[in-house]
Amino acid sequence: MDRSQGRSGGIVSGTATAPATFTGNRALQIEEPLIFEMGQPGRCGVDLPEPPKVKDRLNGLRRSGDIGLPGLSEPQVVQHYTRLSQKNYAIDMGVYPLGSCTMKHNPRINEKVARLPGIGDLHPLQPVSTVQGALELIDRLAHWLKTLTGMPAVAMSPAAGAHGEMCGMMAISAALEARGERAQRKVVLAPESAHGTNPATAAALGFTVKPIPANDRGRVDLAALKAALGPDVAAIMLTNPNTCGLFESEIVEISKAVHAAGAFFYCDGANFNAIVGRVRPGDLGVDCMHINLHKTFSTPHGGGGPGAGPVVLSAALAPYAPYPWIVKDGDKWRVAEDDGALKSLGIEGTPLGRLKAFHGQMGMFTRALAYIMSHGADGLKQVAEDAVLSANYVMAALKDTMSPAFEGPCMHEALFDDSFLKDTGVSTLDFAKAMIDEGYHPMTMYFPLVVHGAMLIEPTESVAKEDLDQFIGALRSLTARAKTGTAAEAFKAAPLYSPRRRLDETLAARKPILRWKPSNNPPETDPLKQAAE
Amino acid sequence: MRYLPLTDADRREMLSVIGTKSVDELFRDVPASAVLGTKIAGLPDHQGELEVERAFQAYAAKNLSPASVPFFIGAGAYRHHVPSTVDYMIQRGEFLTSYTPYQPEITQGTLQYLFEFQTQITLLTGMEVANASMYDGSTGTSEAVLMANRVTRRHKALVSGGLHPQYRRIIETAAKWEGFGVVIGKPDVDGLEDLIAAVDKDTSCVVVQNPSFFGHVRDFAKLAAACHAAGALLIVVVTEVVSLGLIAPPGEMGADIVVCEGQSIGNGLGFGGPYVGLLATREKYMRQMPGRLVGETVDADGKRGFVLTLSTREQHIRREKATSNICTNAGLCALAFTVHLTLLGEAGFRRLAEINHAKASELADRVGTIPGVKILNDSFFNEFTVRLPKPAAPVVEALAARRILGGLPVSRLIPNDPSVENLLLLAATETATEEGMGPLVAALKEVL
Repeated sequence: MDRSQGRSGGIVSGTATAPATFTGNRALQIEEPLIFEMGQPGRCGVDLPEPPKVKDRLNGLRRSGDIGLPGLSEPQVVQHYTRLSQKNYAIDMGVYPLGSCTMKHNPRINEKVARLPGIGDLHPLQPVSTVQGALELIDRLAHWLKTLTGMPAVAMSPAAGAHGEMCGMMAISAALEARGERAQRKVVLAPESAHGTNPATAAALGFTVKPIPANDRGRVDLAALKAALGPDVAAIMLTNPNTCGLFESEIVEISKAVHAAGAFFYCDGANFNAIVGRVRPGDLGVDCMHINLHKTFSTPHGGGGPGAGPVVLSAALAPYAPYPWIVKDGDKWRVAEDDGALKSLGIEGTPLGRLKAFHGQMGMFTRALAYIMSHGADGLKQVAEDAVLSANYVMAALKDTMSPAFEGPCMHEALFDDSFLKDTGVSTLDFAKAMIDEGYHPMTMYFPLVVHGAMLIEPTESVAKEDLDQFIGALRSLTARAKTGTAAEAFKAAPLYSPRRRLDETLAARKPILRWKPSNNPPETDPLKQAAE
Repeated sequence: MRYLPLTDADRREMLSVIGTKSVDELFRDVPASAVLGTKIAGLPDHQGELEVERAFQAYAAKNLSPASVPFFIGAGAYRHHVPSTVDYMIQRGEFLTSYTPYQPEITQGTLQYLFEFQTQITLLTGMEVANASMYDGSTGTSEAVLMANRVTRRHKALVSGGLHPQYRRIIETAAKWEGFGVVIGKPDVDGLEDLIAAVDKDTSCVVVQNPSFFGHVRDFAKLAAACHAAGALLIVVVTEVVSLGLIAPPGEMGADIVVCEGQSIGNGLGFGGPYVGLLATREKYMRQMPGRLVGETVDADGKRGFVLTLSTREQHIRREKATSNICTNAGLCALAFTVHLTLLGEAGFRRLAEINHAKASELADRVGTIPGVKILNDSFFNEFTVRLPKPAAPVVEALAARRILGGLPVSRLIPNDPSVENLLLLAATETATEEGMGPLVAALKEVL
């Protein structure tokens, strides 16, 4: 590997142990107390007018006693959260190769348009005549999603991918009920490599989850699938490209077999970024698929949400899409929220119910549409191609020293197992923590479960080649160090340079402290501490 | 394309390292029948930032912005002033573009604010533990019912007619497809509903809202006692979280699970989402909670730090045995909430609540003088119900035509029920002004 393409020339040697500081701070790394340890009575970060005196109309239920919220001034609040922000790694800082999460660039124009007056400040229950532009915007995004997936309908309201799974599997339940087969079809098939949400969703809806084995190429074993299909099967839940980063090459045969058995094909769309603009899931025989707008369409991950999980639906499932339905009636947009409204608009449908208040994650719709319009049909196709190219480049550049889990080209993520670390004393976790000291967010670790010590690297299309080269250089360097066989201790000590070193997760789970309490609370009156001990 | 760093030269070089001639070869596992020859037809090509911004301004121009008109709509989403600091803070890239804190060493920022958020929620609700947020109040309520079913191993929820009608509908949807029973009360227009007699040995939980959808402020202590005597849980829903600055918290009334819609603090109306759900409970039910939890611990140097914890409840570990299929929470909306609440502090939050109550009292006094209009509430926080002499929906349309967003006709959420056809729900927050109330009252007099 030619390191001159990277920005640092080689291994920079570590420094001697730094002396302690009076504050505990280390230059830009500033120790930050909790807000509850900072507040003073009499301080406030807002100026509100004295309220006029009125007679309480609170049914005698006025709150007595203090709530216990700390008081901070505005500059203290700004400093507190700014310091906290500096303890986070983020896409805006560098390569964030978290497989299965599609940590791509989040454009700021998305933020700007989501906040425009007349979009960001609309009340969801304003008269429909006053939100015609908002409804048109949602429909425009719906049009893009339907066209990009080749599906006739989309349910926009699910709040996140997992919520979308719930929506899709409820639609399948509804379709089975309409056929009189809901009681009979109680089995959902899912590969062992599936996201945890798949079995969790199916189980919540009363299905029994039956795992389908993979073949040695990392794909669904078609023969095993065919053998498992029968009159008791409601659906298969399959991620494609799958969680090993591979395209299910027999996908058409799979969907044909599933449909021939009278079951439905739920596609987990978490990995849509690999194929957007190049392959339409509708052409593969998919009946429904959720789309994580924060993955493929760049809405911010926000430290873990909010997401949005619209679900595209085949003609067979479209009638069961949940309320609300946004429909055009002449030149007016309308929102149908109950059976009577649908009927009066002359629309056929038997919606499965409602999944969320109001109309879905509008703020995410706005951002996703801005991203989609910025790329256009030409740019989205390039997104998929660059994402796949980058993952294959990483795979090619590391395959001689790390151990790819499967042969052949991958899609948008490169999956390695831990066999290259055999006998080094270094685990996948240690390797990941050492990446932190190199200035990277680690890849996804130990997922999918079917690969031992899995390392799932998804660079996305947003990383420049020179940054990919530096990343590759860092991984090669770590690999070489691990393979010396004498570095295990150093790996286990990593990370050294992050705001915190390895955290004791066992302690956190064994003695849960889930809220701040005044430290002067005597233990015998502190129920949380008592429970902990 | 401004978002794509790879040049054609980069791409060629990368292909040569991979050892393939074209990107198409990398897609060779895709069945030929599903490969699109060119880009998808019927969709426009990429656009510059200026063009995109103009397109959104055009959408915005077709809507009536609440900022520009007298505004009195609530019903589960409230228009409050959000300090500039909040929106600045949530747009810092270190928060905006980070993800779930799977690697705690480099996500202490997110973990610490979530720990602070959890603490704030326990204080507001009077409960012992809170999670790191839910999608929103409506979905959180449905999750709370499922949680109560797990705790009690019973499968019948009793749902108040004072609960937001869309929240009710979501519980009914979950009940139908997830397989549990649900008993729904009639719309509790006058706030006199008594559910105690309906609680029995099969009841897993009773779901009430405070203030109710119709605005009534209720004491649920007796209902809580009845629930506990029958082995059921009391779930109290709060859709206007600012009310907790003035009203006794559900924890003091004996609630077992509290769910709030947190939008009012830190989060704009946003046409209905994303919002942030708050979920708090008793410590003994901690392990049956859905969603993510942040806990305190120490690092290898003995320094205090925070991690995601008790994840053996969650789908990525427990799969089909998880307490919920939930994966993400509403991280950034939770940040907005906690920054705003930190700015407010004890004094600011209480004062904000006082102002809301005073504004709504003023509005009620003024609307109550309109001939033929009857206020149905003896008690309320910042929202109340009035009975008009004619159907409310056309009245609200007539007000909108006069550029006044004058409340919610209850029939929009409870259709085909003649008993609510004339009811109008009016809300006034700290953003309501004299310049707004005057025109509302004058216009109501005109159109009634």
